[in-house]
Amino acid sequence: MSLFNCISNQCPLGSSNKLGSFGAVPQLGGAQRRDKSRNSRRISSITAYYGLKSPPYKLDALEPYMSQKTLEVHWGAHHRGYVEALNKHLAKNDVLYGYTMDELIKVTYNNGNPWPEFNSAAQVWNHDFFWESMQPGGGEMPTLGLLQQIEKDFGSFINFREKFVEAALTSFGSCWVWLVLKREKRCLAIVKTSNAINPLVWNDIPITGLDVWEHAYYLDFKNDRAKYINTFMDHLISWEAAAARMARAQSFVNLGEPKIPVA
Amino acid sequence: MALRTLITKNPLRAAAPLASRGLQTFSLPDLPYDYGELEPAISAEIMQLHHQKHHQAYITNYNKALEQLDAAAAKGDAPTVVKLQSAIKFNGGGHVNHSIFWKNLAPVRAGGGEPPHGSLGWAIDNNFGSFEALRQKMTAEGAAVQGSGWVWLGLDKEFKRLVVETTSNQDPLVTKGASLVPLLGIDVWEHAYYLQYKNVRPDYLKNVWKVANWKYASEIFEKENP
Repeated sequence: MSLFNCISNQCPLGSSNKLGSFGAVPQLGGAQRRDKSRNSRRISSITAYYGLKSPPYKLDALEPYMSQKTLEVHWGAHHRGYVEALNKHLAKNDVLYGYTMDELIKVTYNNGNPWPEFNSAAQVWNHDFFWESMQPGGGEMPTLGLLQQIEKDFGSFINFREKFVEAALTSFGSCWVWLVLKREKRCLAIVKTSNAINPLVWNDIPITGLDVWEHAYYLDFKNDRAKYINTFMDHLISWEAAAARMARAQSFVNLGEPKIPVA
Repeated sequence: MALRTLITKNPLRAAAPLASRGLQTFSLPDLPYDYGELEPAISAEIMQLHHQKHHQAYITNYNKALEQLDAAAAKGDAPTVVKLQSAIKFNGGGHVNHSIFWKNLAPVRAGGGEPPHGSLGWAIDNNFGSFEALRQKMTAEGAAVQGSGWVWLGLDKEFKRLVVETTSNQDPLVTKGASLVPLLGIDVWEHAYYLQYKNVRPDYLKNVWKVANWKYASEIFEKENP
């Protein structure tokens, strides 16, 4: 997702690094980012920009549950707007250059006192995550390991669904609702966040998410938030994407010992 | 007609006492104009949804929360009383804010859009330099609200000056200062403009001035600042 052009008159590949060209490459990311005393920062012009990632399906693929019109405006205008705003911020503030998106979000969140860049960065990430959390022919139920974990942490899938819908219905204002894997507690949980905040700022691992800002549903459902949420759960949510994220999450969070039969 | 006047005069007072305890509940105030009369600045569809669905939902949930609060307070159930505060702030705030908002708008035939004269006009020039400067400030601050909220022109009764403030979600202006009185509020929740303006909130803010009811704002100003 991130590309950069580096026009520097101190090309690290030409340096007399004793490790040879292999060892020189890490300098580009590491030393140049952290070492503020280097003059090259002022002389060279570095442009970093994020691109607008397309959803993994055509804009009309979620019809009739989420209209093409909504995708066109939500992705094409809102999401695109966040990307452009982020790039404008980054162009002005090169302290943030070189950070990965995750790092960018955590740093600009600033422990609850966010920098202006946070809103743009987090919303770019949130919307990328959201498009990937849906699929044509979505809905139904998770299977296998993810289903087991949901049943373990919520009692049953029905109970999880109820809690998720309730969380989305009772959130005030512009919000997101997430299913996350909590790192410390090593269990799944439902989390509500407001505006641009996402679970990355607390170092938790999002498994799936729902945009409950009014712009996400107003064109299709007007004020009927409940119908939108239920449509999402019944027809849009991609449990495959959630399962893939869960699988990856397990490389970071040990969810317990496998059951090995005694005899 | 008389009933309509009763309701519009005191939308924030009780419209229906609840049973014997006398708990004051609230009902949806009528608009002093038809849904279509604010076109083309705000579409009839938006006005109808905004009034009949959104504002009504705030009132319904506010009444529910008040009943629950009443029951919990009577039983001395402190945790429940505290837990209900956010629902009361949100839904009650929604009712308070929208009741003011309907009066902050007026069709052009009723003076909507006409800048204030008299003492409020003077005060605006004193505090902001010019009416245009105020308009630009409120537009900029309204556009900058992240997520849902309101932008207000308020009178600070204590310091006798005008202020531009924003509040988030449905927080009433008074949450920004106990001495603040709302003169003009603009709803920048997406439901206030989305069907017509989509994501272009600045366009909505530009156009809403054409139906801003400065007569009402002046009335409030003169009452609170004689």
